[in-house]
Amino acid sequence: MNRWPLKKPLFWDQGASGADNDRPHFDFRRIWKRAVVLMLCVALLPLLALAWFDYRVTGQYSENEIVLRTDRLVSNTKRTVAFFLEERQAALQFVVREYGFADLNDDRRLAGILANLSGSIGGFTDLGLFNAAGRQIRYIGPYALKDRDYRDEPWFREVVAAGSHVSDVYLGFREEPHMVIAVKREKEDGSFFVLRATLNTVWFNEQLAHIRESSFGDSFLVNLEGVIQTPTLNHGEVLDRFPLAIPPYAEDTRVVTVQDRQGRELVMGYAYIPGSPFILLAIGEKAELLRPWISTRVMVVLFLAGAVLLIVLVTLGVATNLVGDIYRADRERATALREAARANKLASLGRLAAGVAHEINNPLAIINEKAGLLADLLTRAGKEPPPKEKLLSQLESIHRAVARCSGITRRLLGFARPGEIKLEQVELAEVVREVLEFHGKEAAHRNIIVGVEIDSELPALSSDRNKLQQVFLNLVGNAFAAMEDGGHLYITGSRPDPEHLLITVTDDGCGIAEADLKKVFEPFFSTKSKEEGTGLGLFVTYGLVRELQGRIRVESMAGAGTRFFITLPLRSKENAETGEEHHADFTG
Amino acid sequence: MAEKILLIDDEAEFVETLAARMRSRQMEVSTATSAAEALQREDVDSYDAIVLDLQMPGMDGLAALEEIKKRNPQLQVILLTGKATVEKGVQAMKMGAMDLLEKPADIEELTRKIKEAGDRKMVLVTAASEKQVKEIIGSKAW
Repeated sequence: MNRWPLKKPLFWDQGASGADNDRPHFDFRRIWKRAVVLMLCVALLPLLALAWFDYRVTGQYSENEIVLRTDRLVSNTKRTVAFFLEERQAALQFVVREYGFADLNDDRRLAGILANLSGSIGGFTDLGLFNAAGRQIRYIGPYALKDRDYRDEPWFREVVAAGSHVSDVYLGFREEPHMVIAVKREKEDGSFFVLRATLNTVWFNEQLAHIRESSFGDSFLVNLEGVIQTPTLNHGEVLDRFPLAIPPYAEDTRVVTVQDRQGRELVMGYAYIPGSPFILLAIGEKAELLRPWISTRVMVVLFLAGAVLLIVLVTLGVATNLVGDIYRADRERATALREAARANKLASLGRLAAGVAHEINNPLAIINEKAGLLADLLTRAGKEPPPKEKLLSQLESIHRAVARCSGITRRLLGFARPGEIKLEQVELAEVVREVLEFHGKEAAHRNIIVGVEIDSELPALSSDRNKLQQVFLNLVGNAFAAMEDGGHLYITGSRPDPEHLLITVTDDGCGIAEADLKKVFEPFFSTKSKEEGTGLGLFVTYGLVRELQGRIRVESMAGAGTRFFITLPLRSKENAETGEEHHADFTG
Repeated sequence: MAEKILLIDDEAEFVETLAARMRSRQMEVSTATSAAEALQREDVDSYDAIVLDLQMPGMDGLAALEEIKKRNPQLQVILLTGKATVEKGVQAMKMGAMDLLEKPADIEELTRKIKEAGDRKMVLVTAASEKQVKEIIGSKAW
């Protein structure tokens, strides 16, 4: 599995385990994951929320915009159509009022009126005069309709009943779709006459085509029965039945969403044109109308995807670099610590060597003198050979001194073996005694009183003798360094619970200032001068105790003394720590 | 002339053996296993040389040296140490030690130093007496 486009970062497989100084202190993979998740959340959530919000708002806005536009178009067209019809109706009313029947019952006169109407307001195809019996007694126009009987035509009955009438589109005698406006005038003799004009439907078509040109789909007129009155783009021919349901009557313009037979969503704006049998319809396919917004939406989504991709890439890059930097810094820290611990070990060895030289020099001096004395006895005593017992007692002294030397070297070997945890049964009292032997001379020279109070009932520890010795060497060494001549050192051992041993190391030395107390286990912290301490003693001690799965803490009061508490498990687990070499420090 | 010397060292076995060897070299040897014990002796002034261990429990070598020099600057002190450092050596010399030898020391060298110390003390004592004599003569104002 290669999840890394370029290269797997170094830290990826460096988990944190254990508390070893040399191990990474962090779980880099987890830090990386957390950084990525956090940064992605912070960057992406607002962006996505904003995008979603914007999507919702603009979507809503677009739909509203369509409704508003439809409403506006339909309302305007409705007004125009209504005005057109009213205007012509009013013109005919004017004509029948201005002129009597006698005036109108004259072809020349009627033709003049038609010419005047066409010249002034336009829109007329022909003009006809009807008597009360429904006969067209005068006709000016392109069709041969004179003397036709209209008695049974629906428009004639309407105009007789209502006084004026606007018809819907029908075929009539001329067998062509047309519409008429008719007005009735009472005569003085009680009968009446009717003036009728045919309207030029081309004008309607132009008006409605205007709506189509404004990229709104289809628009046309239907009559109250749902018969198509003007040409449509794709809803049927003139005088066909409109395929969808006729919307219910409303005084003003309405915009509704309907579905056609194919299930497509249509936006339908409609208006009943007052004083006429017409309903103005404007129908657009919703998807088509929303196209500008959809294309904007695609742009937004593409932009969003790009932004998300960019953010993800930048986040991954930044997190990887950041954690990489931490990783490198941690590695450098570990390396520096290792180097320092090594230097500290060498310095400790140097100090130890000086101490050992002194320890060994004393018995060597004795051997030297004894050997010299033997030589003296054998060479200087004169003729008498020296008594055998005297020689033997000198040799005995030499043996004792040699035994003293080898005791010292044996102890040294015991302490100089660093490395892996090796569990064995360790008597706490024995370890403490061994360590104190190292300081026996110094304690005697400086009149330091050392008290050991270890419960004789304590069971043997399953622990690493060598590391335990190093712990006590460091603590006792520190205590000796802290105490004035004549100080007191107490070491106690007890068993607070069945699983653990508690060891305290108490001195009445200079103590640790409260401000420093928190830092004593940190590396390179030292209150000693440069020559004396490396500042790693307690740090190393801390590491050792941790390796032994124990805990160490310290209580101290400046000027009064210091007490270290070490809790160790009676049974250490062997696999708890890997074999990372630990660093012996003999004085801290 | 037999030198009269005092050996001070906390290692009793060492000090006794060394004393035995010194005696066999015709020296008059006394021993002490601590500085305090040595300083209690009433005849401290009479020794030609004091051989002193630097590191001892209680009063250590340098403190003893200081005390001895305070009592009698003419006393010659040879320090003998198992753990010699340059600093300690310089300090001891400044405080008036005649020499500092490292353990285990060569007996012949130690003997030579002791003889040298005896000579030196002799010179100092003689010089002091002469000075005294001259002072006495001078004060008479002949």
